[in-house]
Amino acid sequence: MLRRTFLGAAAMLALTGAASAQEPLKIGLILPMTGPFASTGRQIEAAAKLYMQQNGDTVAGKKIQLIVKDDTGTADVTKRLAQELIVNDKIAVMAGFGLTPLALAPAPLATQAKVPAVVMAAATATITEASPYIVRTSFTLPQATVPMAEWAAQNGIKKVATLVSDYGPGIDAEKAFTSAFTAKGGQVENLRVPLANPDFSPFLQKVADAKPDALFVFVPSGIGAQFMKQFVERGLDKSGIKLIGPGDVTDDDLLNNMGDVALGAITTQHYSAAHDSPENKAFVEAFKKANNGMRPNFMAVGGYDGMHLIYEGLKKTNGQGGQALIDAMKGMSWTSPRGPVSIDPQTRDIVQNIYVRKVERRDGELYNVEFATIPNVKDPVKAAKSN
Amino acid sequence: MQSDTADNVRAALGRRGRWGWGEVAFWLVAAATLVFLPERHLILNEIAIIGLFALSLDLILGYAGIVSLGHAAFFGLGAYAAGILAKNGIGDPLLGLGVAALAAAILGFVTSFLVLRGSDLTKLMVTLGVALVLGELANQMSWLTGGADGLQGITMGPILGLFEFDIFGTVAYAYSLVVTFVLFVIARRIVVSPYGLSLRSIRDNPLRARAVGIPVNRRLVAVYTLAAAYAGVAGALLAQTTQFVSLDVLAFHRSADVMLVLVIGGVGYLYGGLIGAVFFKVLQDVLSAWTPQYWQFWIGLILVLLVLAGRERLTDRVRALRPRSRRGLATDKARPLPTTTAREV
Repeated sequence: MLRRTFLGAAAMLALTGAASAQEPLKIGLILPMTGPFASTGRQIEAAAKLYMQQNGDTVAGKKIQLIVKDDTGTADVTKRLAQELIVNDKIAVMAGFGLTPLALAPAPLATQAKVPAVVMAAATATITEASPYIVRTSFTLPQATVPMAEWAAQNGIKKVATLVSDYGPGIDAEKAFTSAFTAKGGQVENLRVPLANPDFSPFLQKVADAKPDALFVFVPSGIGAQFMKQFVERGLDKSGIKLIGPGDVTDDDLLNNMGDVALGAITTQHYSAAHDSPENKAFVEAFKKANNGMRPNFMAVGGYDGMHLIYEGLKKTNGQGGQALIDAMKGMSWTSPRGPVSIDPQTRDIVQNIYVRKVERRDGELYNVEFATIPNVKDPVKAAKSN
Repeated sequence: MQSDTADNVRAALGRRGRWGWGEVAFWLVAAATLVFLPERHLILNEIAIIGLFALSLDLILGYAGIVSLGHAAFFGLGAYAAGILAKNGIGDPLLGLGVAALAAAILGFVTSFLVLRGSDLTKLMVTLGVALVLGELANQMSWLTGGADGLQGITMGPILGLFEFDIFGTVAYAYSLVVTFVLFVIARRIVVSPYGLSLRSIRDNPLRARAVGIPVNRRLVAVYTLAAAYAGVAGALLAQTTQFVSLDVLAFHRSADVMLVLVIGGVGYLYGGLIGAVFFKVLQDVLSAWTPQYWQFWIGLILVLLVLAGRERLTDRVRALRPRSRRGLATDKARPLPTTTAREV
């Protein structure tokens, strides 16, 4: 009977594995669809599906099949799923990757199997260096942070306190901001908050006592609302301390529910749902329509552009994957909903405009409204290395 | 009278120590998957590892009655030990396993003294706390562990200098399966020994066990250390076969998942962890392929139904279908011990 249970399970496995009549081009989309980072996965999946809906599912005469897998935000699962997709499903390209470790775990596989990996979300600068087959359509944290430091220095801010979540990307943001801002003659005090279950109030009290001109904040996109609430509870919104940071804290997905406290926060990032261009208007409208009014955020645009990159790459290679595909992706440029973007042929990282935005109310909803543009920003970490 | 009891105990233990047909079949099927399910070796590898991890939890929970919500501490420590070793150029897998087992055993030994104190609730808190402390240490010591980015650049050497890890996961699965089997056999030997019997009496009634002269604390320290070493090996297997370690090897959900796996399969029964792992992972894989967004809903529903409808463990129903004649025969020879049931091996 033991045997029967086991065989039954095995048969079930075999059934789900065997399903390939004719050979479509397969794209493996690995995302955190459940767990604390589920919103990232949902945004990207929705955007990828929208792209396929708008552009058809045939490229270079071949049918495109999107296989979505949930890695629950756990790196070893990501790696196993990537391996299964490569070995069993023979995917042409993999994509997704919600967090830095989730993108780094399958990197050796991409190299080994020569399967391009399109990073649509994870934002630590070093990711594209982990494999020559990784290309990124999201952003890097220093890319969004350094312009913030420059803007702050130019706009009369002299003393800044930084408050970041204590993990890789947070420390990246802190370092990028601090070095760029002190280089311009500013003064910085660094504070770090634990990543899990953060209580911001003691840190915010310190900030209130230190009375800096501005508070620089980076928290992962889900935590922003909680931070805003405590920011107000401590009365910092009335203290004249400006709130600045990379755009994660005023994530479009959550911004509207934060309420008026978010008004006036100044952030720098590559995408806002309020970006003023015909491409973006069409994108936001179609996205909302397909997803019950959900507003696309920077994750969604990463997924949308990632699919665009894959489609265009496959068109160029006539449906070929592997080395040819990654070569085709290098140097590609197009107009995304976020504005003009291109893939740096050297680093395979995205080059894009960074916008300075301010939270304002428009048509009754809160938006990050862009008021200044820093064009064609490359990832500053890799730019510094190559110089 | 005295020797009569001793004989009875010896006979009962000997009877439990014998391998049943079901068990042989179980391992034969497991070995057969190496040949017959080549596409599924990656997930089977994960199942073997989780099975071993659940087995290790069963040693303390099922056999010694120590509840733990932080068993991932040992799993994670083993994973990091093996990973860091391999990253620094010592890529021999078996050596890595040994080091991981040793590191986890040391941590298990040291923390066992904390766990001995207090009630079940205290134990839950202490084990949880140890895992949290380790998780935060791994996060802070990013020069050693890679922090939130995970440990990069692990390259494993071939096993015994012969078998190179391949992309299909076949060698990885064979390796994990063999290690799990060997450790299972050892655990099986231990739980049918008089030592194992004394553990169960401690679990059933620590006060009485102490009264009859069992050195309760020493026994518990020993089994906790052993279970920690097992968990360390499971973690090392994961690190070596995936060649990557990230902070979530120490995360709370690891400890919770393994508890779930064990409860599904059956506590206090060595196959419980293995069967639970097969059931849980296969269910998860099938459901999440079917609906990547909502599979957790279905898995939750199925688990609730399973517990409500079954009450008894999966393995019990399997057992109920086994021919009764053998069991009857056995009772003729020696009466079963009053407080322990036949299913406890």
